[in-house]
Amino acid sequence: MRMETTEAVTGLRTEQRLGLLRQMILIRTFEEAILREYHADKSPGFDIGKGLVPGEMHLSAGQEPVAAGLCAHLETGDALTATHRPHHLAIAKGMDLRSLAGEIFGRESGLGHGRGGHMHLFDPSIHFSCSGIVAEGFPAALGQAFAFQRAGTNSVAAAVAGEGAANAGPFHESLNLAALWKLPVIFVIEDNDWGISVARDASTAVPSNAVRAAGYGMPGIRVEGNDVEAVHAAAGEAVARARAGGGPSLIEVHTLRLWGHFEGDAQGYRPELAGVPDKDPIPAYRQQLGDAGLLSDADAAAMEGEARTRVEDAVEHAKASPTPNPAEALKYVFVEGE
Amino acid sequence: MGATSNATAAQTSLPVEPDAGTRRLNTAKALQEAIGSQMEQDDSVFVMGEDVAAYGGIFSSTTGLLEKFGPDRVIDTPISESAFIGLGIGAAVEGMRPIVELMFVDFFGVCMDQIYNHMAKIHFESGGNVRVPMVLMAAVGGGYSDGAQHSQTLWGTFAHLPGMKLVVPSNPYDAKGLMTAAIRSDDPVVYMFHKGVMGLAWMAKNKRSIGAVPEEDYVVPIGRAKVVREGTDVSIVTLSLSVHHSLDVAEKLAGEGISVEVLDLRSLVPLDREAVIATAAKTGRVVVVDEDYESFGLSGEIAATITEHDPTLLRHFSRVCVPDVPIPYARELEYAVLPTAARIEAAIRTAVTA
Repeated sequence: MRMETTEAVTGLRTEQRLGLLRQMILIRTFEEAILREYHADKSPGFDIGKGLVPGEMHLSAGQEPVAAGLCAHLETGDALTATHRPHHLAIAKGMDLRSLAGEIFGRESGLGHGRGGHMHLFDPSIHFSCSGIVAEGFPAALGQAFAFQRAGTNSVAAAVAGEGAANAGPFHESLNLAALWKLPVIFVIEDNDWGISVARDASTAVPSNAVRAAGYGMPGIRVEGNDVEAVHAAAGEAVARARAGGGPSLIEVHTLRLWGHFEGDAQGYRPELAGVPDKDPIPAYRQQLGDAGLLSDADAAAMEGEARTRVEDAVEHAKASPTPNPAEALKYVFVEGE
Repeated sequence: MGATSNATAAQTSLPVEPDAGTRRLNTAKALQEAIGSQMEQDDSVFVMGEDVAAYGGIFSSTTGLLEKFGPDRVIDTPISESAFIGLGIGAAVEGMRPIVELMFVDFFGVCMDQIYNHMAKIHFESGGNVRVPMVLMAAVGGGYSDGAQHSQTLWGTFAHLPGMKLVVPSNPYDAKGLMTAAIRSDDPVVYMFHKGVMGLAWMAKNKRSIGAVPEEDYVVPIGRAKVVREGTDVSIVTLSLSVHHSLDVAEKLAGEGISVEVLDLRSLVPLDREAVIATAAKTGRVVVVDEDYESFGLSGEIAATITEHDPTLLRHFSRVCVPDVPIPYARELEYAVLPTAARIEAAIRTAVTA
């Protein structure tokens, strides 16, 4: 285990540190907007199928350090596979906010023209995908890494999933195969302490998933404290190793599920609930940069304002976009003309 | 491994479909009551799955059981479906009676080998020497924009594979009686409940999700369909949430003098073929309403059942199913492919002209 939190260790330039905060603020602003829109029209009572944004909604607030720290090292041509809770990773990977919002609102303007929804975001322009089935993003990342390797590029694939996924078969199969074939993969476990209502220590036999890496012959590290700079440092090492042909790595980040598993989750099973808001990583990082003299209140307000402008533009664009035509409900099952 | 250790409990005869009485429950509560009652009587019954304990099941299938029976008998698992469903099988062959929840049936993809190559085949492969008295419980169905990986029914897929019984209750009374029968069965039983029939507070309400349920234990026999509305012009053969929609349509069309019979299959394995043939013989016009994919499934099986018996029985046959497309996310698209009341009504109107 290793904890790296100081500038001296991470060696980050001021602009990089501000960039990490800017990214996290953008993600949080987006999630807050979706939260608002999701709940705006589900009353009276809560009906999961109602409203402009229906269905299950898994928001990523609190997990921004993982996305910002990891994706700072990923290029457009690198691949990223995510989970049912994908927005933070999608945004940090560079997904167009209008396309993302359009899909969440189930509009023709969305990435999947409203077919997929928020758990099924596919953006080939940035090699991004996600799945609603736990641990099923790991194998796909192997394949993308395999294709990059065969094409002779130095692109890499990152696969992100929760700590619950590390108890599923595909995780273990994928680690072995990636190590065996020295595939350029970065496995990232977001340990937010909860698999829906099941606490981490009730699901996992070891205190750190990083130790599991040893069983598959790859380096493993656990990052404590939901610390974006420590994530950045660990991911930087792993990405560099993969790009250089050194094979896969495993990183586990102890992060935070700031809100429920899905919207509507009362979280009665969560004894530490009252203390959760105090662990919010964004005010803490903002404070850290302020204390270091790198960020004034006006700078922070400007970041928030810029994020709000971009996010509200995306939401408004989605709302103004046409809904899919029911007569085209059977479209896209197969390639047209094949 | 040996014979089931609780054969006595399993063989205690219970009332078969008794009068419903006046006490009203929603489907979720009826299901919880069936499990709780069997757990009280038989120490070998336990519940296992993801979020079945403190959470009470994502769709309230196990609410209150942890408080009553404790964590040794109501067990949260890691997200390791192959391991814990396989564990259920192993415990069952040693004589326990596990109720294992697969949270969404859509997740069968990660654990189907345990289900269809093991749970379903052990009795056969052992020449009848090993029993697997296990219940595999799963939530099914769409209608609330949960997308292509969380909205399927897939009962046709399971029913196609021999060796597991399969029940699909549509209402509280059947939910309790079929769960009781499933727990007491010495065969593996897949128990599929549609989220839309549970009476959940956080989903669209349906008046038929609440109904009369006897307080005492009883069984609805596995493999017995039920005519839930008598009619003479057209037969709807259906199951699960589609029963509710079909009854709504039948009530509406009765006002126009169209008499619709509705057959709730309740079990797919074994399929009550006699009931299917009887209603076809009665009306000569059959519409199958099935929330599963259309091709290679239940609806075709119904057609085959009738025509193999007597190809002259039918003047009309049609089906209202999910066309062969994954369930879309956007509401406009999802409701274009689900078997809605509007689609059912249109099919009935066409059928009566035949």
